[in-house]
Amino acid sequence: MDDALDFKAGLRDVLPTVFGYIGVGLAFGVVAHTSHIPTLMVGLMSLIVYGGSSQFIIASMFLAGAPVSAIVASAVLVNARMALMSMTVAPYLKQESLAQNIGIGSLLTDETFALSMNKLNLTGHRLKPAWFHAANITAYLVWALATVVGALLGGMIPDAKTFGLDFAVVGMFIGLLYLQMISDRSRPLLRHLLIAGFVAVEMVVLERFMPGNTAILLATVVGCVFGMVVERDAK
Amino acid sequence: MPSKIMLTILGAGIGTWLIRVVPFLLVKAARLPKWVLQFLSFVPVAILTAIFVEGMLVYRPGQWPTVNPQNLIAAVPTVVAAIISKSLLVTVVVSVVSMAAVRALGWG
Repeated sequence: MDDALDFKAGLRDVLPTVFGYIGVGLAFGVVAHTSHIPTLMVGLMSLIVYGGSSQFIIASMFLAGAPVSAIVASAVLVNARMALMSMTVAPYLKQESLAQNIGIGSLLTDETFALSMNKLNLTGHRLKPAWFHAANITAYLVWALATVVGALLGGMIPDAKTFGLDFAVVGMFIGLLYLQMISDRSRPLLRHLLIAGFVAVEMVVLERFMPGNTAILLATVVGCVFGMVVERDAK
Repeated sequence: MPSKIMLTILGAGIGTWLIRVVPFLLVKAARLPKWVLQFLSFVPVAILTAIFVEGMLVYRPGQWPTVNPQNLIAAVPTVVAAIISKSLLVTVVVSVVSMAAVRALGWG
């Protein structure tokens, strides 16, 4: 990754995350297939809902026969953390047109958000729509394709986990987190580590009381407040 | 009459779209106060840590979460790869190979 912000640079930068989308997308397709969701609907879901955890929730609740309203509410709730990510990226795109903002926001994911945060550290805190669209659209298409292929292969793969591809997404977040901590020089590495450690402990405690996706949202909000307190005391 | 799954997809699609897009509209329309920007500056590290740790844990309703042993073992070489290579691609490849090895060896 360098400081280039054109469409081509976006394609280059998003490449490593493609493995994650393929791994998790295939796994989702297989799960959706076994949840009796038709392949066409798997593709439409990936294009319209476009969110890994939301789609897994939909598949499992659909299989369990939950009512539409309950499935929709759960799917939206597990994706609530996207609001925080959008809010964090948006100030860097404020001067772009409304259409550009809506376009980038519509296809923002955990991964392209994290990529853009890494990128900021190399570009003097600037982002450009061309770069973002390249990353977003690649992610979008790869995800949709992987889920459809997974659904088609569904019956043939007894266990999609054998090859370790599903772990690519965790590997990606480990890489993105580490790169973020070493490249965001606005605060010392030790403070990044302190905040990360605090959030890690929070997650263990919160998961005593709530499922992981809700814990992620709450731990992040409290972790940011913790960061503000630490920074105020450090001044 | 659209099918149940189609209705679900449309409902969830509209909901997740609003969650992604409305913050962009808010930020564009209003000037964010300084404390909000300061709060948001912690989001990347905080949320990435939370997502990573969530992957290491197994949620058990009403009880303390347990560690996901396979994920934890495979995460060790992955973290080392990230530190040594400083490359996202290398880190992702090492994570997949590590997990494949952990499962092949029947660890965890």
